[in-house]
Amino acid sequence: MQSVFLITIRRLRGPLILIILVFAVSTVGMALIPGVDAQGQPWHMTIFQAFYFVTYTATTIGFGEIPYAFTDQQRLFATLIIYLLVIGWAYLLGAILSLTQDRTFQQALVGARFRRAVAGLREPFYLVCGLGETGVTVVGMLDSLGYRFTAIDRDERRVQALEIEALSLDAPLLAADVRSPETLSIAGLLKPECKAVLALCSDDETNLAVAITACLLRPGLPIIGRAGSPAVAASMTALGTYRVISPFREFGERVALAMRAPDTYRLLAWLTGTPGSYLSPSRPPRMPTPPGHWIICGYGRYGSEVVAAVQRAGFNATIIDPAGLQVPGLRCVQGLGTGTPELHEAGIEAACGLFGGTDDDTTNLAIAIAARRLNPAIFIILRQNLQSSEILFTRFGADMTMVTSQIIATECIAVLRTPLLAEFLDLVRRKGDLWAYSLVESLRTLVGEEAPSFWSFAIEPGEAPGLLDAMDRLDGPIRVGDLTRSAQSRQDRIPCLALLLVRGTQTIELPDDDVAVAANDRLLFAGRRAAGDNQSLMLRNANAAAYVLGNRREAESWVWRAIGRAMAR
Amino acid sequence: MNLEKVVFAFVILLAATLNFGFVYGGIDNPAHHHLWELFAATTVNLIAVVLKFGDRTHIGAVQQAASLVALLQLFAAALVWFFMAPKDGGPPDVDALSSIVSLAAGALLANGVSVVILIADTTIQRR
Repeated sequence: MQSVFLITIRRLRGPLILIILVFAVSTVGMALIPGVDAQGQPWHMTIFQAFYFVTYTATTIGFGEIPYAFTDQQRLFATLIIYLLVIGWAYLLGAILSLTQDRTFQQALVGARFRRAVAGLREPFYLVCGLGETGVTVVGMLDSLGYRFTAIDRDERRVQALEIEALSLDAPLLAADVRSPETLSIAGLLKPECKAVLALCSDDETNLAVAITACLLRPGLPIIGRAGSPAVAASMTALGTYRVISPFREFGERVALAMRAPDTYRLLAWLTGTPGSYLSPSRPPRMPTPPGHWIICGYGRYGSEVVAAVQRAGFNATIIDPAGLQVPGLRCVQGLGTGTPELHEAGIEAACGLFGGTDDDTTNLAIAIAARRLNPAIFIILRQNLQSSEILFTRFGADMTMVTSQIIATECIAVLRTPLLAEFLDLVRRKGDLWAYSLVESLRTLVGEEAPSFWSFAIEPGEAPGLLDAMDRLDGPIRVGDLTRSAQSRQDRIPCLALLLVRGTQTIELPDDDVAVAANDRLLFAGRRAAGDNQSLMLRNANAAAYVLGNRREAESWVWRAIGRAMAR
Repeated sequence: MNLEKVVFAFVILLAATLNFGFVYGGIDNPAHHHLWELFAATTVNLIAVVLKFGDRTHIGAVQQAASLVALLQLFAAALVWFFMAPKDGGPPDVDALSSIVSLAAGALLANGVSVVILIADTTIQRR
C-alpha cells in the first residue's frame, strides 16, 4: 500500500510544472512591459508586483489593475496570460478533484486512516479476520463486553455494513486481502497489545493461511481458528492453534448435549450468553426420550452431525434430501421436505422429532410449518443460517433454534473472556445434568437471571498484592468464603460464586467457602460486575484486605500507624 | 535513451548554471548581480524539485533533497532582496546584497551536489 502523500505528489507533478511555467512566463512578461504611473511617468512593475497580479488573476479573484491603471500594451499582454493562467489553474484543480475521486487514492486514504487507528490502539485488542455472519456476531459480542478489536475482510461491502452498525467504540475496519501477511501486520498482528487472532472466514484455506501467518510472525499468540473440514482442523491443531472450532462438529455436539443433558445445555447457554441475555425459563420442554424416530431434512455437513447425535441418543433416523442420497443404514427419502408427500413417506405421523437443517432459512421454515401441521406434537429443531431471519424464527417458535454463527461466536468469546473459563466450561460438559441443575439454582439465587460476568485472578504479586500482604500479616488461613466478603462491611456477602480453584496441577471445582487459599492459586469467579469491582478492591489494596479478611482497621500512613502503636503501648 | 532523465538533467544543469551566473562577480557589486537571474534560478529550481516528486529510488530522493536545499536558499535570498531593495526598484545596498549573494552561493553548493549526483547516476546507467 502506498502512502497518500507519495500518490498525491506523483499525480500532480504535471499540473504543478505547468503552473510554474505559466506563472513564470506571465510574471516576467508583466514585469518587462512598461506602464505609466499616476504622473504619466514610465514605470515598470517589480517582480513582486507582477507575481501578485498573476496570482490574483490566475485564481480568478481579479483585484484589478494595481497599483496604476494599465496601458493598452499591458492590457493586451494581460488578456493573453489570463487564458493561459486560467487554463493552467483549472487543469490543476481538475487534477486534484479527479485524484480525490480516484479509487486507488481513496483506498490509500482509507488504508492510511486504518494504520493510524491501529497504531493508536494502546489497550489490549483482538484481531478478527472475516466479517461474515460469524465474524459480525463475534464482533458484536466483543463490543458489548467492552473489548477492543480490529477487523479485516476481503469484501468491502461487509466492512461498510459493519461501519454503519452502532458499535459502542470506533473499531478500525479494513477491506483487504486477509491472506496477505502485510494486511495482518497492518491490522496490528505485530503489536504487543494484540492478544489473540480470530480466523473466522467462511473459507477454510484462508483461515489456515491466517493461522500460519500468525504462528510464524507472533509465535505463542493465541489463535482461534474456524475449520470446516477435518483436514484443515488437523493442520491448525498441528500449528499449535489455541482453539480450533469446527462449526458442524460444534453444532452436532450442541444437539447431542441438548438431547442427553438438557440442564447442562441450559447452563452452558446461560454462562456463554452476552451481558444482557437471560437464563432460559426452564429446560427445553417436551424433549422426546428414546425409543423413537427422527426426521432429518438436509443431509449436508450439519445434517450428518445431527444424524450421528440422534443415533447416539438411541433414536432411529430418516433423512430427506433433495439429492436423493443413499446412506447405508439409514432410510432415505428424496425431496426437499417442504411437501406433504415426502414427509408422509418419511413417517411424519409417527416421528417424535424433526431437524430442519438445509442451508436456506426459508426452506427450513417451510419444512417446520408443514411438519407441525401434519404432526402438532413433533419436537422441532431448526437451523437458522442468517441473523436477519431472526424475527421469522422467533415468530415460528421451534422447540430449539440453533443459530450457527451464534454457536461459533459464543465458543470464541468463552475462550477469550477470561482465563480458566474455557476449562470450567469443559468441566461443565463432562458433568451430569443434576450437577448442572444445582449449579444453575445456586448461581441464580446469588446473581439473578441475567447472564453473569466472569473474572479470574492468580494470587501473585502482580494481580493480588493486597491479598498477599494480608496473608503475610494475618495468622489464620484465608478461605474462599473470606474472598466474598464485601469491602464496605465485611459481614455482607458480595453476590459472586467461586467456580474453580487451580493449585498447580490440582483443580477444585466449585470450592466450598471453607477451602483455604494459598499463594499462587488461580481462581475463577462468576457474579455481577459490581461484585468483581468490590473484590478487586480487596485484592489490590492491603488495607482493604486487612479489614475484609482480619477485621483490622489500619491507618494508611506510617505516621498514624506509629501513633497507634505508641498509644497501644 | 530516457526522455524523462534527459529533461531532468537539462533542468538540473540549467538551475546550476543560472545560480552560478547570479553568484559570479564581486559579492557587493550590484552591477554583477541581476535580479532577473535570481528569479530565473529560483523558478528553474522549483521545477527541478517538482520533477522529482514521487521518485521512490534512494538516489532520486537524495537529489530532490539537494534541490530542496538550493530552493530554500534561493527563496531566502529573494526575500532579503524583496525587503531590502528600495521602493523604486533599484538594487539593494551593499550589506543586503552581500547577504543575498552569500545565500545564493549556498544554493550554488547544493546545486553543485545535485549535478554531481546526476553525473554519478548517469554513469551507472549502462545504456
